[in-house]
Amino acid sequence: MLKLIGLIPVLPLVGVAINGLFGRRMSKRAVGLVGCGVVLAALIVSAGAVLDLSHLPADARYFETSFGTWLPLGPAGPHNEAVTIDWGFALDPLSAIMILVVTGVGFLIHVYSVGYMAHEEGFARFFVYLNLFLSMMLTLVLGSNLLVTFVGWEGVGLCSYLLIGFFYDRPFDVRTGLTCADAGRKAFLVNRIGDFAFVIGMLYLVTQFATLHYRTVATAVAGAGDTHHALLVAVGLLLFIGACGKSAQIPLYVWLPDAMAGPTPVSALIHAATMVTAGVYMVTRMSGLYVHAPEAMGVIAAVGALTAVFAATMGITATDIKKVLAYSTVSQLGYMFAAAGVGAWTAAIFHLMTHAFFKALLFLGAGSVIHGQHGEQDITKMGGLRTKMPVTFLTFLVATLAISGIVPLAGFFSKDEILWGAWSGGNKIVWGALAFAAGLTAFYMFRLAFLVFYGSYRGEHHVFDHAHESPRSMTVPLSILAVLSAVGGFVGIPAALTGGKDLNVFHHWLAPAVAVAEAGAEEHSVALEVGLMGLALAIALTGIGFAWLVYRKRPGSAGAIAGRFRPVYALWRNLYWVDELYEAVILKPFYAVSRFFAGFDRWVVDGLVNASAIGTDVVGQLLKLFQTGYVRNYALLFLMGVAAILVYLTV
Amino acid sequence: MIDPRLVLLLSAVLFSIGVAGVLLRRGAITILMCVELMLNAANLAFIAFARITGGTEAQIYVFFIMALAAAEAAAGLAIVIALFRLRDTTDVDEINLLRW
Repeated sequence: MLKLIGLIPVLPLVGVAINGLFGRRMSKRAVGLVGCGVVLAALIVSAGAVLDLSHLPADARYFETSFGTWLPLGPAGPHNEAVTIDWGFALDPLSAIMILVVTGVGFLIHVYSVGYMAHEEGFARFFVYLNLFLSMMLTLVLGSNLLVTFVGWEGVGLCSYLLIGFFYDRPFDVRTGLTCADAGRKAFLVNRIGDFAFVIGMLYLVTQFATLHYRTVATAVAGAGDTHHALLVAVGLLLFIGACGKSAQIPLYVWLPDAMAGPTPVSALIHAATMVTAGVYMVTRMSGLYVHAPEAMGVIAAVGALTAVFAATMGITATDIKKVLAYSTVSQLGYMFAAAGVGAWTAAIFHLMTHAFFKALLFLGAGSVIHGQHGEQDITKMGGLRTKMPVTFLTFLVATLAISGIVPLAGFFSKDEILWGAWSGGNKIVWGALAFAAGLTAFYMFRLAFLVFYGSYRGEHHVFDHAHESPRSMTVPLSILAVLSAVGGFVGIPAALTGGKDLNVFHHWLAPAVAVAEAGAEEHSVALEVGLMGLALAIALTGIGFAWLVYRKRPGSAGAIAGRFRPVYALWRNLYWVDELYEAVILKPFYAVSRFFAGFDRWVVDGLVNASAIGTDVVGQLLKLFQTGYVRNYALLFLMGVAAILVYLTV
Repeated sequence: MIDPRLVLLLSAVLFSIGVAGVLLRRGAITILMCVELMLNAANLAFIAFARITGGTEAQIYVFFIMALAAAEAAAGLAIVIALFRLRDTTDVDEINLLRW
């Protein structure tokens, strides 16, 4: 089925066409069937293609197909060589993992959406956007060159914008006064900043290396030598800024929490499992470039580690169930970037995959909770839902344990591979930051679980009485994702845990697709690796213990602690005032300048245009007076004119 | 032989009378006749110049002008008749249809 990979992004487009054209006249059942069906078809084709790929020998696992030349740029490179850019798709072990995650998790979320969105207006519109998103996401991961990837990159951004603003007329955030449509705009604009850098990076690549094709870039960069070192670092950083925008890293993370304005399945699919990981994917794709730009990798590692810690602290104080998960997503994306930054590419993608499982599950679980309580999102008004929603509770608990890194769930293996990558790569500071973030993660995730599912209900009683478990179309995807979150990590068991036997399938699968830095990692003993794992586990358990202490043993002590550390609490509660900082430093001056130019346009530019119009009008009014209609008047003027000409000619 | 300057002077006088007629009279027919007077004044000037220079160009111009004057008189009279049928008058001050 390898030859059919071009079909994979096209299949969801069929759903877009059908639901887009006829969706409003079709029953919700039919819309749902079409919407999910095309994704299932894409999933089947993807699975078949990946299966075919796996039958090839490890170093031949690369299949590329081109649908013709897109941009025949002509002479463009440094030596005036002819540059052409193709409409090409490529399947290799890296994109194979991505298409399986995207179509697999995407399919489950589509099914879930049928139940979740059942009572909504615009049901068909929702599925059109969702299918379009999937098509774009698959274009992004399958693109064989940066430009095709960029098409998908922008496409998913558009769908993200459309879906965040899905409830466009509803208010969203009291603190910032945003409506859902504003939140969509914010996401779109913040992403544009990153995309701008991305495009500049691509232009550098084209002009200096005459290619955007991933494989050719890797070889061209390897052959470029030290003369292009500064250029490589610059390109690496520019592309990373693009990744920062899409993957919500410091300083461009502010849009992701507000992206929670979208329907919950959207948060799960786009803002947790797939699109936001596109940055990590792209950076990993470009690993061939990054290994030659260690400075850029250092920046990536630092930004990733910082983001992991900062976002985790914000997750501690958030009270909106989806926002806690949003900060958690930002934090986990920081993990992935930190892994990429220290050169642990496989660990980054491994965590990307397991995170897609358990974070999608967490969001869908949160959606189930919200659905069961008729839209309540404030965790301070929940509690004791364990008995009311047993399936949601159990699956949510699995995901919480997984993200906290409890052995042997999926998150444990991927997170420890990242931590081990940081330590063995010699980045002890990154390791420390990530380990600390792991503790914070365990704490706020269990805070969430305790507040929602344990204790007594703190909201209004009639809501609790009517709280109910979600329909099967929602609980079945939850259960499947729970299984994946539980066992998904076993594909990447480190050798240290299997007595030296190499069972790390994931590692071997991905190895041919990512570049490895030449500087060999220091040799470390198995004992050290296992010891660090134990330490990480202990940190996670400590986090859980604290959460238990504060929210179960002594309920109410949270307020007291918040009061004790009021400045810190306020700092976290207000998200480090970053939005306000942007407001003051960027937006206010920007508005002032805009107002100035608006005034300039209105008074000076428009003034000039209007002045010429008024001048013409005045002259016209004056000339009008001469049009009397009296023949003798004209004759007199004629005579005066002749006289004037005669005087002029003779005197 | 008459001094050409006298002829030119007569031409100027005739032309001025024509101009004054066009500017001062209100009857459309009279105005047309005054126009003819101006054209004939011009013809007279041409003939005087032809006599001065001894060439034939000016005489050719005179024939042109005569042909033009005939055509103009035909068109002008037709217009005047049409206007008279429409307005029952040939007073040009009452015919100011092209006013703004």
